[in-house]
Amino acid sequence: MNALTAIGEVLVLIGTFFYLLSALGLIRMPDVYNRMQTSTKSATLGSLGVMIGVGIWALGEDFGSVAWLTKTIVIALFLLLTNPVSAHALIRAAYKSGIPLWEGSVMDKYREYIESKTRAPESEEGETPEEGGEE
Amino acid sequence: MEEASKISRYLYTVIVLFLIWLLLTASLDPQELGFGLILSLIVAAFTYEIFSTGGLANLHPKRVAYAIAYVPYFLWAMIMANLDVAYRVLHPKRPIRPGIVRCKTVLNSDVGKLALANSITLTPGTITLDVDGDNYFIHWIWVPDEAMTEKEEEHVKAASEGITVPFEKFLKVIFG
Repeated sequence: MNALTAIGEVLVLIGTFFYLLSALGLIRMPDVYNRMQTSTKSATLGSLGVMIGVGIWALGEDFGSVAWLTKTIVIALFLLLTNPVSAHALIRAAYKSGIPLWEGSVMDKYREYIESKTRAPESEEGETPEEGGEE
Repeated sequence: MEEASKISRYLYTVIVLFLIWLLLTASLDPQELGFGLILSLIVAAFTYEIFSTGGLANLHPKRVAYAIAYVPYFLWAMIMANLDVAYRVLHPKRPIRPGIVRCKTVLNSDVGKLALANSITLTPGTITLDVDGDNYFIHWIWVPDEAMTEKEEEHVKAASEGITVPFEKFLKVIFG
């Protein structure tokens, strides 16, 4: 048990705590958009903590070599780059298929924008209007 | 961003692929290095056309330095985001006031816009819903008072200052 092992263990512990928060957020939030908010962020940072923690943990052990750390860094980097993209795709698909916002929401500038954009060409040529979320 | 020459784009792809190979194998054995280089050359020949339009200009020292400085800044913002989420989830009253706001950006390149959208998604209380030109539509978990105005311009300005501006000073240099 040396310092590197201890740091790794603490990082894994923090990561699992954020996993727990992510799951709690899924239960407590009122609509799909807020659920995406909480689950995406916490799950990403949680995975980051667990993976980097495992890498550092392995450095402190007897079998440890730097290969563990570099591999986990690559995986963490890929996850960091792809996770927000998938969250964006999911939330946009949810909006396009008409899932309503929570009734406590204060504004929806996106719908205004889509309406103003579709109304303009419609008055001239009547193009097919885009689907927007409905409240 | 103007299109770089084919050779420059190809070399840039090779360098990035070879760096990933180095990290994945984590060995400096000459055999592994040689095979990794061959594989990088082959894969880059197939993929360089879709991988990059900037070419070697992306490896300008100033850009690399800003990219490295951006990492701790971004990680710090991400940790704050998660503490923020923890507060909202664990607080018994569940203090959320969500809404979709509109922001403008000053970035021009597509990669820069992607990086900004990713950064927004992972930082406090915001998630990117759609990007259209230089308009960002962002679902904000707590819309502050100054963004709740009726006037469109003031709203866009307030929302941009809260969301996009902190990252743009880095991303403008990194991606243009």
